[in-house]
Amino acid sequence: MLGHRLSEWCGHGPILEEDIALTNIALDLVGQATLLLGRAGAVEGKGRDADALAYLRTDRGYRNAHMVELPKGDFGFTIVRQFLFSVYSMHQLEALQSCADADLAGIAAKALKETRYHVRHSAEWVVRLGDGTDESHGRAQDALDELWRYTGELFTTDAVEQKLVPQKFAVESSTLQDPWMRDVSDVIARATLRMPGEVYQQRGGRSGIHTEHLGVMLAEMQVLPRTHPGAKW
Amino acid sequence: MVDSEVTRARVYGVLETVKDPEVPVLSVVELGIVRDVEIDGDAVTVVITPTYSGCPAMKTIEDDIISALDAAGMPGAKMRTMFTPAWTTDWIPLAAKEKLIAYGIAAPGHSGVHSPVQLRRRETVLCPFCGSDNTSPRSEFGSTACKALHYCNACTQPFEEFKAI
Repeated sequence: MLGHRLSEWCGHGPILEEDIALTNIALDLVGQATLLLGRAGAVEGKGRDADALAYLRTDRGYRNAHMVELPKGDFGFTIVRQFLFSVYSMHQLEALQSCADADLAGIAAKALKETRYHVRHSAEWVVRLGDGTDESHGRAQDALDELWRYTGELFTTDAVEQKLVPQKFAVESSTLQDPWMRDVSDVIARATLRMPGEVYQQRGGRSGIHTEHLGVMLAEMQVLPRTHPGAKW
Repeated sequence: MVDSEVTRARVYGVLETVKDPEVPVLSVVELGIVRDVEIDGDAVTVVITPTYSGCPAMKTIEDDIISALDAAGMPGAKMRTMFTPAWTTDWIPLAAKEKLIAYGIAAPGHSGVHSPVQLRRRETVLCPFCGSDNTSPRSEFGSTACKALHYCNACTQPFEEFKAI
């Protein structure tokens, strides 16, 4: 999801280096998704590969958090979202390295190396924007305030997770919140931004209920394999 | 016909001629992409590990390996991908790092583990052209997933670094 959203910056980045950086991160995320979906399809055992899972599910079949499906917004929004999500992903992957599924643990160890770069890159930009001009500070703060209502969902649990955690196939999402909050508060403070207070937390992605943005995004993402079934590229 | 016997040494000899499409001075063996070679009679299986999860060169590398082995009289080689242990630039030997520098790409330092939200890189990256340590990072991401962009303040030359991961 987020890989696709980042790929929308291709050719539209504010500067060449960032155009390249955002699309490189998109490539990492799409690569990670390919590996994870490939493993999921193998475990499912119904012959669905990564492409089938990515391109042939409808919106209700997706279990992603709302945060990653939101439109890319301005550069500030994209960067703040990338930072909030990358820190979450980093802690999740660290924990998954020791999960009971050897393939998933291997994918996590690999993805973690990439994600540490995403954290560093986005954290540097959060500080640069927050501690930058009035304009960049305002936009970064707006993005943080807007995105905060989507952060709670990252740490919610569901029935599948509850079943898998005791067998060490999954990480209990709620345990990631404290380390995430520590890292996020640290960078937000350095960026001279203000932590949003308690706000209503949007949920539903994990049970297949999405924002109106997902369907539009899937229409674009899936048009080729749906128009030309079996197409190879 | 000793010459036609399929041995690990013979397979590795061919693999050492297969260059990375993005960094054509290094072979897939030097980069640590090739993890093992399995031989069963005449059947060859090359075990590889991807560098980055989304590295778009992996398919080309697989095709290059299969066609190089085919050209060397070992047709029908199979490829297998393994993820553990995860690829690291620490596997690139010193001699290969020197080739990278000669090619104009700063070599990766030791991968180590970065602190979670560290904001500035600690290690100095040496300019591959003049050797100066007076360089500044421009972007964590370069022309490929595996490289970062830097600028040499001494010789005013932009250059790429093979990122340590």
